[in-house]
Amino acid sequence: MPGSVHSQDLDQSMVDAEQPVEPQSNDPILEERQIVVLPGATETAASFQFEGEGHTMGNALRYAIMKNPAVEFCGYTIPHPSDPKMNVRIQTNGMSRYFLVVRNGRMFTDCLALDTTTALEALEKGFNDLMDLCDVVTEKFTASRDQFNAESGNRMEA
Amino acid sequence: MAPLVPSQEELQRRRIIGINAETVTNIPSTDFPGHWPGESHGWALDEFKDNFQVEFHRNERFEASFSLIGLDAAVANAFRRILMAEIPTIAIEDCFIHNNTSVIQDEVLASRLGLIPLKGSIEGINWMHWFKKASEDGTEEEDGPCDFNTIVLHLDVECYKNEYADKDEQDPRKLYTNAHVYAKDLMYMPVGRQEQYFVGDGAIAPVNPDILIAKLRPGQKIEMELHCQKGIGADHAKFSPVATASYRLLPDIKIERPIIGDDAKKFAKCFPKGVIGLEPVTSEEAAQPGSGYEGHAGEQKAVVKDAFNDTVSRECLRHEEFQGKVKLGRVRDHFIFNVESTGQFESDMLFLEAVKVMKLKCNRWKRGLTDLMG
Repeated sequence: MPGSVHSQDLDQSMVDAEQPVEPQSNDPILEERQIVVLPGATETAASFQFEGEGHTMGNALRYAIMKNPAVEFCGYTIPHPSDPKMNVRIQTNGMSRYFLVVRNGRMFTDCLALDTTTALEALEKGFNDLMDLCDVVTEKFTASRDQFNAESGNRMEA
Repeated sequence: MAPLVPSQEELQRRRIIGINAETVTNIPSTDFPGHWPGESHGWALDEFKDNFQVEFHRNERFEASFSLIGLDAAVANAFRRILMAEIPTIAIEDCFIHNNTSVIQDEVLASRLGLIPLKGSIEGINWMHWFKKASEDGTEEEDGPCDFNTIVLHLDVECYKNEYADKDEQDPRKLYTNAHVYAKDLMYMPVGRQEQYFVGDGAIAPVNPDILIAKLRPGQKIEMELHCQKGIGADHAKFSPVATASYRLLPDIKIERPIIGDDAKKFAKCFPKGVIGLEPVTSEEAAQPGSGYEGHAGEQKAVVKDAFNDTVSRECLRHEEFQGKVKLGRVRDHFIFNVESTGQFESDMLFLEAVKVMKLKCNRWKRGLTDLMG
């Protein structure tokens, strides 16, 4: 690569190189990576594989999904450290999640009328909740910083 | 059925991670639905908004310290990891060495140059794109260098004798011109639209102009063209925007039974200065039967003044006389962050940037979900 990029005239090497098209998006990580559903998935229990993801999103996402009352189990793993893949397992409410309720001396199972949440929906809600969380953190952080800066500015003037 | 609400004491108990002489207790978070019978703990944005707090301790240009309170470790850790590895910066990536007759080898010189932190207009850095490298299997070709993905620096230094130097001069810096090559010798050459972005104070330059790059002697010469690209710390540490980004949990010290007199002085010495204070036992306390202070009015007792500065060394747990009198711990959801920037961005801005990256990542993965739904 070095030889091919560089030409005698230094500025020419920048201008004359075959102009690549300026890409549209400017996201921190460039490629669109895919989520794969691992075999053996059902509506309410599935494992998702995230390519190129690690503990950063893995653990935060696990937390957000576990906060969902419709989720019975959620866990994440990095199956092999030299493989840039992260698996998330989500199981949502099956029968065991329903409560037995006694009403007028008769037993009922509560919540049965509710639609069950699918694993996919739980995953999406996890992302939404994390994004909401980020907004709150940004908002509070900025407010606190501005207040701190104003106060320390005052102190310096005094 | 309304969910049970645990008492304040119970909630406080759950917030403290116990630290004992040899063990830690109460480690994992338990604020999940289904963990405590009858309690809700489901995600509620309003509740999070009410409970989450940020407190600033320090906010200097390149070093900030602040507390995030009411967050789970999973999220705090994600922010810390993003700070170190996923915020893009500019660093020297390709070195084209035209001439290097210095004693420092080409590859060592290139590696040193890569690690020099560069600053420039933040708007410009955000405008810059990734330099697409050729894939290893050869299916994708690399982008050529362009104004939107490559910044060009030049390093052209030649050392020669200083004719006006004193005869007895020993210092090579006075004896010769350019005996030391510093980061400030890197010359930025704007190309194309870069002239609009990196002008004046926003020009690309090393953050620390006095980093020593190489030492030369008369007749030695370095001539290089350096291509800087945008990258992330996960790829190479030179792209990491922080020198350190870390957090610790707020220490918690509970004195459960009175520590009085000489013991109190010894107790205070087990901690860093200012953490434990000494106060006289009041007559009311001494008059209270069963308080442990009976008959000790006027003596010094140990009180917790400022647990924030404690290092949780557990020294106090090693002494027989404090057995059962003190309980050490850390607050599970109080993260004291310390962010030290390498100088390209201001440290408070870096944290906001980390939160932004996190949101962006969520958004991108969520977009990927629509394919699965279809």
